[in-house]
Amino acid sequence: MKDRLFAALKGHQADYIEVRLDESKSSRLVYRGERLEEAGRSAGTGGCVRALVRGGWGFVSFNSLDKLPENVALAVEQARQVGKSESQFSPANPVVDKVPAEFKKNPIDVPLATKNNILAEYNRIMLGTKDIQTTSIGYADIKKKVTLATSEGTYIEQGRIDLNLRLSAIASKDGDVQQVGLSIGSKGDFATVENLHEKVQDIAHRAVALLSAPNARGGAYTVVLDPVLAGVFVHEAFGHLSEADHIYENPQMRELMVLGRRFAGKHLNIVDGAAVPGYRGSFKYDDEGTPATKTYLIKQGVLTSRLHSRETAAKMGEQPTGNARAINYTYPPIVRMTNTFIEPGSTSFEEMLSGIKEVVYAKDWYGGTTSLEMFTFSAGEAYMIRDGKIAEMVRPVVLTGNVFTTLDNIDAIGNDLDMNQGGGCGKAGQSPLPVSNGSPHIRIQNCLVGGK
Amino acid sequence: MDEILAIACKSAQSAEVFRVTSSRTPVQFEANRLKQIQTKDASSTALRLVKDGRVGFAQASGRINAAELVNMALDTSQFGFPADFTFPYLQPNNAIKTYDPSIENVTIDDMIGLGSAIIDAVCHNTAGIICEGSVSRGTATFEIASSEGGYASYRRTNFSISMDGMLVRDGDILYVGDIQSSCRPVSDHKAISREIIRQLELARENAAIHSGTLPVIFTPYGVAGALLSPLISAFNGKTVLDGASPLKDKKGSPVFDGKFSLSDDPTIAYQPGSSPLDDEGVRTRRNTLIYQGKVVQFYYDLHTAALSGNSSTGNGVRSGGMPSPAIHALVIEDGGTSLTDMIKDMKEGIIIEQLMGAEQGNILNGDFSGNVLLGYKIENGSVTGRVKDTMVFGNVYQLLKEVAAIGSDSRWIGGYVKTPSIYCPAISVSAK
Repeated sequence: MKDRLFAALKGHQADYIEVRLDESKSSRLVYRGERLEEAGRSAGTGGCVRALVRGGWGFVSFNSLDKLPENVALAVEQARQVGKSESQFSPANPVVDKVPAEFKKNPIDVPLATKNNILAEYNRIMLGTKDIQTTSIGYADIKKKVTLATSEGTYIEQGRIDLNLRLSAIASKDGDVQQVGLSIGSKGDFATVENLHEKVQDIAHRAVALLSAPNARGGAYTVVLDPVLAGVFVHEAFGHLSEADHIYENPQMRELMVLGRRFAGKHLNIVDGAAVPGYRGSFKYDDEGTPATKTYLIKQGVLTSRLHSRETAAKMGEQPTGNARAINYTYPPIVRMTNTFIEPGSTSFEEMLSGIKEVVYAKDWYGGTTSLEMFTFSAGEAYMIRDGKIAEMVRPVVLTGNVFTTLDNIDAIGNDLDMNQGGGCGKAGQSPLPVSNGSPHIRIQNCLVGGK
Repeated sequence: MDEILAIACKSAQSAEVFRVTSSRTPVQFEANRLKQIQTKDASSTALRLVKDGRVGFAQASGRINAAELVNMALDTSQFGFPADFTFPYLQPNNAIKTYDPSIENVTIDDMIGLGSAIIDAVCHNTAGIICEGSVSRGTATFEIASSEGGYASYRRTNFSISMDGMLVRDGDILYVGDIQSSCRPVSDHKAISREIIRQLELARENAAIHSGTLPVIFTPYGVAGALLSPLISAFNGKTVLDGASPLKDKKGSPVFDGKFSLSDDPTIAYQPGSSPLDDEGVRTRRNTLIYQGKVVQFYYDLHTAALSGNSSTGNGVRSGGMPSPAIHALVIEDGGTSLTDMIKDMKEGIIIEQLMGAEQGNILNGDFSGNVLLGYKIENGSVTGRVKDTMVFGNVYQLLKEVAAIGSDSRWIGGYVKTPSIYCPAISVSAK
């Protein structure tokens, strides 16, 4: 295969060409209420070519390798039609490497019957809870091998095994419907979806409790976020804005995001990096062959670095960070996050609550999105805390912030960092990309909460 | 496909093969310039079979080994749900137009020209704006064959232009944008630049807003983004079957304002959401979901229909796995009020164009809450500027129970929703 790919890459007038091939196998189980709605397996093969000529890109994706030389030629021709200036692309030393998939308890080796039995147990727990109307469960695992060959002589084979499980308990009474979910993800360890019985029982109880919970009053509050929701917060509030493809060709954005700008107090440190091992966003090389790094986006409250592909790094005169990722062969790599987190501070949870009259304590996640400046993130669980004591549960809230003020409003950072692996990230149609994010508990002043 | 059916039927009682083959050429613009030309060819094949009365499923992209695909599906059938429906006898249906060969006559240069014309017009109107978007054309062929006999296929072309503008101004970031798509070539680039410029003009100044309850106008983009997902969920036959739809026992009841009518219509010629057959080979039709405020019917695929004693409404749609009920193209009927008259009617109010986070709440009971990504303040009957750093909170069922007016300004949003503006008397607004 190696010789065939390098042969196809030769003899073209282009500044850079890469071929990427995907082979994948996956399985999927879906429950709705008592019914197993889907037990399916799938297999896929495909590839793509990306070419750079005088600053213009061509991209061709396909399922069959039969016409590889023609597809390379087409990508080069398309790039030539676009290219009108000069290519800027960070140089790289050729890498030849073979990286097998990491796993602990390999989900691919677990029989479908075992997977089904586990889901059925969780489902019974939820359906057996009073006032639970129905449930929804989706499990999927995928084993993938990605091969990258470039005109610079890089040839990398990387394996990856990813799995995720999403459960929802849906309670209903007198025409009202409430739901609580649980998301679990892992890079190759089936054990993470085993023995969740207590957590599953808990989401069912919480869904029922929500039926009698009030809505929060809308307005600006002091909020405390648990590590899971704070992880979603850091991903939406600052992670996306750190992606250099939002910045590199926009002069005003480059001014707003100038390195050295202060965004927050000295206690805030934000990191992204696939070189942080063991999480869903961890890998050895990105989809342009750049080795993974660990990047401080914010160090002591100051913007210190950002996430790059080879093109955005070259155009901004900075170093590539190994953040060019493609969800599969039908897309070119773009700048993405990997494992993003707020580093722990020293405040305990009790200290965070003491001396404050009213706090919204928002836990767990339901979703999040950003427009770079303003962002929203929604809690899966929320409580009012009055005078340091957890008071009533309220219905899940959507929170919003503005990056230019909200980070500076973080006035306490906990000592209890925890990583959440249950989410996936979407950008430019490429979703859900496996990422992880995390944080200790954090407290934010003057945060806008949606409500009645 | 015949080979897969033949091998499958050696071990299974019945089988069905569904194949999509597509080719798409997007031309992409970034930072006001042409950036990338893509060609995307793809094919995928899905096999559903019934073995020992249970349904098995497997799919593959790219080249597949028929025997391996069959084995994968047989492997899953031991866990599959009991087969409660039969694959329909497949008949071609040419009554709905979704294919226009003239799309192939649009050259890459033409597509570059369309995108560039929009960027030129928008940049001419507003200095410093950065546009990003794409012009794309494509063709897809859908084929379905089953052991029950027959074979059906159809082709659908798609042409779409989308353009977004980002304006950074005094530390503010403003987003504007528009999308037009059709099965036929779209050539009216001026309609898109006009819409983007309209949004820019309304958002020229920032306007202050206070917390409280205010009347609200959802523009067509606002309706599509904020109000529809709870309804799409509530009318899904599966949500109804599971007892999780607030409308489960409301068939025939007036749940919505009498001015509000909603249908799912995949029969409109050359619309991207149209198709003569659904992904199970069932003929599609226009399904009225709400007529003058009354709940008329829910939508089903074969399996969900069988479980609930109904017939498929032609809404079996595949999105990465087995078919399940999904809408094709939602159409909200026009009212008679112009947007200008709605605005004139308000002493103080808000217009919502884009709501961020609306789908992150409890969609099932109709609650939504979001940040007004693009919206405007109305004072004494005219727009005074852009509203930002503002949250709204509402419930779709309460908002649509009493509607002040429905607009006469219907338009398609991305080819899958056609809606006018909707004016509601009250929404809860939170601002700092």
